[in-house]
Amino acid sequence: MTSPRLLEIEGLKVHFRTDDGMVRAVDGVSIGVDRGETVSVVGESGCGKTVTAMTVLKLIAMPPGRIVEGSILWQGGDIVPMGPDQMRSIRSKEIGFIFQEPMTSLNPVYTVGEQIAETVRQHEGLSRKAALDRAAEMLRLVQIPNPSRRVHDYPHQFSGGMRQRVMIAMALSCNPKLLIADEPTTALDVTIQAQILDLLNETKERLGMAVLLITHAMGVVAETAQRVVVMYAGKVVEEAPVEALFERPLHPYTQGLIRSIPRLDLAATEHHRLEAIPGTVPSLLHPPHGCRFAARCRHAIPECTAGEPALREIRPGHKARCIRAEEFL
Amino acid sequence: MTQYLIRRLLIAIPSLLGISVVLFTVLALAPGDPFEELATNPAIPPEVRANLRASLGLDDPIWQRYFNWLFAMLRGEWGYSFVSRIDVDQLILQRLPVTLVVIGASQIVALAIALPVGVYAATRPYSIFDQIANTLAFIGFSLPTFFTGLLFILFFSVYLEWLPFVYRTDLSETGWRWWWEQLRQSIMPVMVLGLFQGAAWTRFVRSAVLDVIRLDHVTTARAKGLPESRITLRHVVRNALIPVVTLVALQMPIVFGGAIVTEQIFRVPGIGSLLISAILSNDTPVIMAVTFVFACLVIFFNLLADILYGWLDPRISYR
Repeated sequence: MTSPRLLEIEGLKVHFRTDDGMVRAVDGVSIGVDRGETVSVVGESGCGKTVTAMTVLKLIAMPPGRIVEGSILWQGGDIVPMGPDQMRSIRSKEIGFIFQEPMTSLNPVYTVGEQIAETVRQHEGLSRKAALDRAAEMLRLVQIPNPSRRVHDYPHQFSGGMRQRVMIAMALSCNPKLLIADEPTTALDVTIQAQILDLLNETKERLGMAVLLITHAMGVVAETAQRVVVMYAGKVVEEAPVEALFERPLHPYTQGLIRSIPRLDLAATEHHRLEAIPGTVPSLLHPPHGCRFAARCRHAIPECTAGEPALREIRPGHKARCIRAEEFL
Repeated sequence: MTQYLIRRLLIAIPSLLGISVVLFTVLALAPGDPFEELATNPAIPPEVRANLRASLGLDDPIWQRYFNWLFAMLRGEWGYSFVSRIDVDQLILQRLPVTLVVIGASQIVALAIALPVGVYAATRPYSIFDQIANTLAFIGFSLPTFFTGLLFILFFSVYLEWLPFVYRTDLSETGWRWWWEQLRQSIMPVMVLGLFQGAAWTRFVRSAVLDVIRLDHVTTARAKGLPESRITLRHVVRNALIPVVTLVALQMPIVFGGAIVTEQIFRVPGIGSLLISAILSNDTPVIMAVTFVFACLVIFFNLLADILYGWLDPRISYR
């Protein structure tokens, strides 16, 4: 028996009680992250990837949210039954978190230095002065020019990209073993996106931490991840090393996602229109019977709606939730 | 900042001038005459009355009277009351402390209710506490102070006979007894005003906190591993205070208006009852001076709101 994985989410079910009924936002998801590894979770908006990520630190609103089933093992210990005090010692100290919206994720009334220092003081009990020095050091790490002066600036004095750097600095300030980044580049300009991804990759190398990267952009996945988990309608539909996934996607949904990446070499010709996956994500209030993707799938056959397909290992390290997966090999 | 203050104070001058012009004109055009009672007195011949009017400059055109008043004000001469024959500034200085104490205490009561109740209710929306607090707040600010004031008097003074229902400035007690009597007679006016304001602000604080509590940066604070109490105080209440402080400062003049009614009910000899008796007896210099003091208060609290706003929110800069 080897040492436990850094993070092991097993059969996680998160439901939200709404006026219309129970929304099964996360419906039996299992994701594992090893030390120093970057795992990417991909999927459309509303597929449950953000809820999964937030649940790891119990940041979803409970109620209406509820962890119905499953476990979240952090270095072998289950987070699910933990009380608020134990959760606090994991948040930021062990697992850092970066949010999607850098414009609103910082408190506008405190300087960025104060906000970073607050985290450090909470977990390492440093003095105000030492914590502020650490904050400046972190700003230098995320390549913000003039860090010792900028710690005294307020969030509104930073651009979106710079604010995301501040968020990264804050998330890394206590040297977490895992960084969860929830669509860290979605709200940014394309040029800034690349910079932030580079920064994430660099700091990850330097600090030797693992990254769980939530995104809907396949391009981001290709650039950063070693392993990819594709989610659809609250379930994992495919999981594979990044090369294997791009080389031979085994789930029609993943295939569609990859086909929908704009490609410069094929752009703007009459015969190559950018492909989109038809239809919309099914309601998680009343998920369809059988395979949840069947209604939008170009390969669907009557058997697809007969029963829920299982997530099967089609080839070593490559799992897919499709009854016809072997045909795509 | 200093520059901003100076400029704001300079801007206040034309506002005050404008207000004084409007007040003066309205009062001059209003029917009624301070010498009306003399007209019905057969012992005073009409010539004496006319002479009296002329000597006081009441027959001059409005604009001339206005400038007379203005220059007198600038010299610090507020005129004297037609009715009580006392200098207006002395009259106001006599009455103002009582009003300030009653209003000040009631505002402290209001905030002491609104802040904790509003914050606590917002952190547990739709809980039993929240629903009770909401219902009470709704009742509280639906009932006008002249109604609750009478209700209080009926219950605490007439029925229970616990508290005096007339506010007296000539208490005969000394030492601790004096403070005790002072407290007893202040409780009802302070509570009536305080509960009313507190009810309105509770709802405002609750909604301000609810607005902040769902913002992204609060989730960030939670992800930082901060204790819930620190999140609430530093990251929720601190931000929610920005609109609350502004509202409180801007509402101050309205509170003074509300105090007029309350003072009348409890016979508190404050600036509000002074204004009412002056209006009833056509005592123009007193009306003019008291309303002008109110105007100054409005402008002062507006300035205070702006300064507090910039102090609480670093995104606002004074230019």
